[in-house]
Amino acid sequence: MKPELVIIEFLQVAALLGLAPAFAGWVKMLKCWSQGRTSPGLLQPYRDLAKLLSKDVVLAENASWIFRFTPYLVFGTAVLAGGIIPILSIDLPLAPTADVIVIVALFAIARFFTALAGMDIGTAFGGMGSSREMMIASLAEPAMLMAIFTVSLANRSTSLSQIVQVIYSGQSVIRPSLAFAFLAFVLIALAETGRIPVDNPATHLELTMVHEAMILEYSGRHLALVEWAGMMKLFLFVALGIASFAPWGIAARGSFSALPGALVYMALKLGLVGTVIVLVETGLAKMRLFRLPEFLGAAFLLSTLGMLSYFILD
Amino acid sequence: MNLTPVDIAGSSVLLLFLMVFVAAVLRNSQRLLITLSFSLASVASLLAVAAGIWTVSGGITSRVVLLMGLPDLPFHLNLDPLAGFFLTVVGLLSFYVSVYSIGYIRGYLGQRPVTSLIIFYALFVAGMFMVVLADDALFFLVSWEIMAAASYFLVIFENEHIENRRAAFLYMVVAHVGAIAILLSFGVMAGLAGGFGSFNSYTFDAMRQAQLPIEWATAAFLLAFLGFAAKAGVVPLHVWLPEAHPVAPSNVSALMSGVMLKTAIYGIIRVTFDLIRDFPWWWGAFVLVLGLISAVMGVLYALMQHDLKRLLAYHSVENIGIILIGIGLAMIFRSFEMPLLAALALIAGLYHTMNHAMFKGLLFMGAGAVLHATKERNMEEMGGLIHHMPWTAALFLIGCISISALPPFNGFVSEWLTFQAFLLSPALPSPLIRLLIPMGAALLALTGALAAACFVKAFGVTFLGHWRGHHKPHIHEANWPMRLGMIFAAFTCLCLGVFPTLFIEWMDIIPTQLVGSKLAASAGAYGWMWLTPVSYERASYSGSIVFAGILVVVLAAYLLLHVRPGKIQRVPIWDCGFEKINSRMQYNATSFSMPIRRIFGHLFSIKETVTVTPLAGHAAFPKRLHYYLRVRDRFWGWIYRPIVELSFWVSRRVGRLQQGRIQAYLIYSFLTIIVLLVFLR
Amino acid sequence: MGLNIAAQISSFLAALVLLSAFGMLVQKRINGLINLFAWQGLFLSINTALVGYFAGKHHLYISSLLTLSLKVVLLPYILHVLVDRLKIRKEVESVVNIPTTMLIGIALVIFSYHLMAPVRELSTLITRSTLAIALATVMIGLLMMITRKHAVTQIIGFLALENGLFFAATSATYGMPLVVELGVALDVLIAAFIFGIFFFHINTAFDSLDVEQMARLKEED
Repeated sequence: MKPELVIIEFLQVAALLGLAPAFAGWVKMLKCWSQGRTSPGLLQPYRDLAKLLSKDVVLAENASWIFRFTPYLVFGTAVLAGGIIPILSIDLPLAPTADVIVIVALFAIARFFTALAGMDIGTAFGGMGSSREMMIASLAEPAMLMAIFTVSLANRSTSLSQIVQVIYSGQSVIRPSLAFAFLAFVLIALAETGRIPVDNPATHLELTMVHEAMILEYSGRHLALVEWAGMMKLFLFVALGIASFAPWGIAARGSFSALPGALVYMALKLGLVGTVIVLVETGLAKMRLFRLPEFLGAAFLLSTLGMLSYFILD
Repeated sequence: MNLTPVDIAGSSVLLLFLMVFVAAVLRNSQRLLITLSFSLASVASLLAVAAGIWTVSGGITSRVVLLMGLPDLPFHLNLDPLAGFFLTVVGLLSFYVSVYSIGYIRGYLGQRPVTSLIIFYALFVAGMFMVVLADDALFFLVSWEIMAAASYFLVIFENEHIENRRAAFLYMVVAHVGAIAILLSFGVMAGLAGGFGSFNSYTFDAMRQAQLPIEWATAAFLLAFLGFAAKAGVVPLHVWLPEAHPVAPSNVSALMSGVMLKTAIYGIIRVTFDLIRDFPWWWGAFVLVLGLISAVMGVLYALMQHDLKRLLAYHSVENIGIILIGIGLAMIFRSFEMPLLAALALIAGLYHTMNHAMFKGLLFMGAGAVLHATKERNMEEMGGLIHHMPWTAALFLIGCISISALPPFNGFVSEWLTFQAFLLSPALPSPLIRLLIPMGAALLALTGALAAACFVKAFGVTFLGHWRGHHKPHIHEANWPMRLGMIFAAFTCLCLGVFPTLFIEWMDIIPTQLVGSKLAASAGAYGWMWLTPVSYERASYSGSIVFAGILVVVLAAYLLLHVRPGKIQRVPIWDCGFEKINSRMQYNATSFSMPIRRIFGHLFSIKETVTVTPLAGHAAFPKRLHYYLRVRDRFWGWIYRPIVELSFWVSRRVGRLQQGRIQAYLIYSFLTIIVLLVFLR
Repeated sequence: MGLNIAAQISSFLAALVLLSAFGMLVQKRINGLINLFAWQGLFLSINTALVGYFAGKHHLYISSLLTLSLKVVLLPYILHVLVDRLKIRKEVESVVNIPTTMLIGIALVIFSYHLMAPVRELSTLITRSTLAIALATVMIGLLMMITRKHAVTQIIGFLALENGLFFAATSATYGMPLVVELGVALDVLIAAFIFGIFFFHINTAFDSLDVEQMARLKEED
């Protein structure tokens, strides 16, 4: 294992840790602009995290070790996933640890523990958030798997580095199957990261919360870890989409010379995606919980059409 | 003399028979009996495990012909790698459960004598070992019956409750319908091998040599599958499972769910891949479709349950479905002459067999510990147990994570391998199958996600929050033998998840013999850390690095954040200013599964009524609220009730023959004599 | 520009036609339904023009223009005017719920693929892959007519069916003779006018366009 590859790995994880709050801040800034409000600034998430890290932790009397362990686990899985998805370079030593299915499963274990933490304290809000979150997750999984299936059909692999390499090797064709899979992935990403129209990340009304309800009881450094992991999850889902569908700009070889270019491309793409997210969030309203099967059913339909059109049209 | 693995396996069975005698002798000193007999059972199981591991790793096949059995029809025993694998799985869980039982059965001391439990436990485990070792139809069926009968007596151990007796009766009926089907299937195969006039070809060897025409082969396969599916709990023959498994003592439930169902899987694999070796693709599609239906229906039914053991029993239906998915895919690939893919699917199915035995055994042992401590099976009366039973909670959590197919534990490895087998299906030549198999992959993903939801519910409602019942009993942690059994099982789950390549290399002789290809050539090509089933570029997974990676990051975050630790204050729950928050306001099992019940509700017959009694004079304020929910399996109405009614109708008609008058019976005899004289001239 | 690029673009447009067919199947609002129908017509006319260019059949340009004027401009305009004038309720009800309808649609696509597989082996045209999609569009149009309870959706289902047939003609034999095309286009236009008159009368008689109401017309015995 060459030492420069290890350094690239560290640089990528550091970029993830450092830039995920900035991405969240960018999305928040654009949202405020589009709604005619003054934004708190790009660096506000950093200030929030610093504030939370320095505060005391307040725990309910009957919080168990699961409640205290979950923030660390959620943070850990997000960092591990960040070390595997090619963001800056394909040549990561951790890349063969996991393929796309394993990355989805890493997010699943984080969600499992967060749902348990929601049930731990014994209030109605936590249970409600856990129940809704598990329902949304179970409906999103088939659609996600079909999208992965379609992408793996076109690229003959489920390993992300391999997918990027196949796309680079010049087999870029206008494939309707990949277009369908991409649309399905967008819908699923909105569901998994908890954005409008599935869940409102900025709500303060408990009856409209899904993800927020599960982490309602956290405070201090635990809340800092959970919030940071949430920002990283959004960042990573966008990176996953970029790597699977539009990876141009990611460094192909493990050399330092290609990295600054990769960083610039990444920033540009993230900026663009942030704008799209804000357009979607501002243009749509949050859906009623029991309309979500239609939403996720549409995602499943799109990904199935992608898979079918691969066989029918290609 | 040379010691062969089958000798070791045989000695294990003999030791179990010895346990029966010990029970008969020591029946007056129950405490000593429990310790001694279950220790004997543990040793016997370890011997079986040793025999199994030796057989598989060496690829040895060892045989013995016993002098017992009918005259001219002695019993044949055969321990080949497939049997060795199943012997290892059965033996390993039996060892863990036997250790656990030393502690668990002590809970019955002073309430009822456990002698019958111990006798039938020994016979049950011995029966399972013998089924796996059998090499001819007669010994197979004898052992199958011993297994079924012993488990009947175990299910009915607490026979004062009427629902236990009903559940055991249902179990007996379905088991015997299955046994008849298996008998017929062996009859077809043996008859075609050596002619229907003699018993000569009752051995499996003779059946292997036979060349069956395709219609008879299909008949034999369908009969055998029907029989084994009834025992395995495949939809629609699954109705006995959620009735019988919860009422048995928990160690027995662990064995029944964990390994008895696997003997049926062993039967299916043995008949299909070993006895009838060439088959058309639609057999595999049939198995795959039934597996998918069982998986989805099993997990949906499980989500509707609030009895902890019934929930676990329905999950067994789901996991048997997942195993059948792997086997069905292997059959499809085999019938299209694609040995490497068939090996992948078969290994996925077999790995899931081992995984399920481990984590289901662990979960039932945990449920037994909870039952032992709280005397309660209904989840909605429990809560907050994690504070009183920390070991049980942590071990049960490991079982929950494993069954939800989450890394780095073992459930994920077999699901990942099954997904890889699905993703390789575009290599199949038939275009229609190529389009339909990905739908199966989507259904498998749905199953996995619903299983995770169900176990968040099961663990959360049972162990987290506050006690939801009215009167909280004194709750004690499980005693050390119980803990030890669970720790062993949990540790095995972790090893199976973190070192999959080692296990696959050990198992690899089995697909070589059954479908003609090894997987380990590619699976372990990059060393013990990486699992690369087909090729490195295609997909790779390293359980050990995922485990180590999560551990490293968690520790690093913890240490960095505790450099300057802030204070931790413990305060009462935040109650939104309401002040009267009580434990009844928590989410319980019914409320947790409500969204999913709304969405998938039309698959069950659900009756939900809410009756509100208002306060006198104030119509808007309720005085009493009555909520009634009944979720029932539709298969009762579609399949079982019509069959029951038909059989009652037939028996009523036939009952008319019983006139009660002497003349009528004399006329019957007279008519029979005349008919026989006419036809036998 | 090679034939390969032509086949790819044609496939892409076919996928868009299928997507708009599914969109019409799950759409709940009348206005959205009519707009999706217009989009489907647009994709179809672009595809026809493309096939005309690459295969050298110049009469397909006229077909394309005809489709454009009729199905993208005129018919949607007439339908929008109808919906406004008759003050029709703007929501569509369905016999089975939406996820089930989607699953049936997917099953129909798989079935039409399975049916068209032998034809695909034998054909030499650049549009051979799109034949299955055309058949699927026909069947989805029929499904729309069956599972929706609103009279306007019945006609849109009929028009979508006709779209599918037109698409199938283009894929299988590079279009029908021009005379036939003109005749079919005229028939569709007249059918739209007649439907409009019927809607007016039905609405006056029943005060709604729900086809379930027409069950009242049967004789009671």
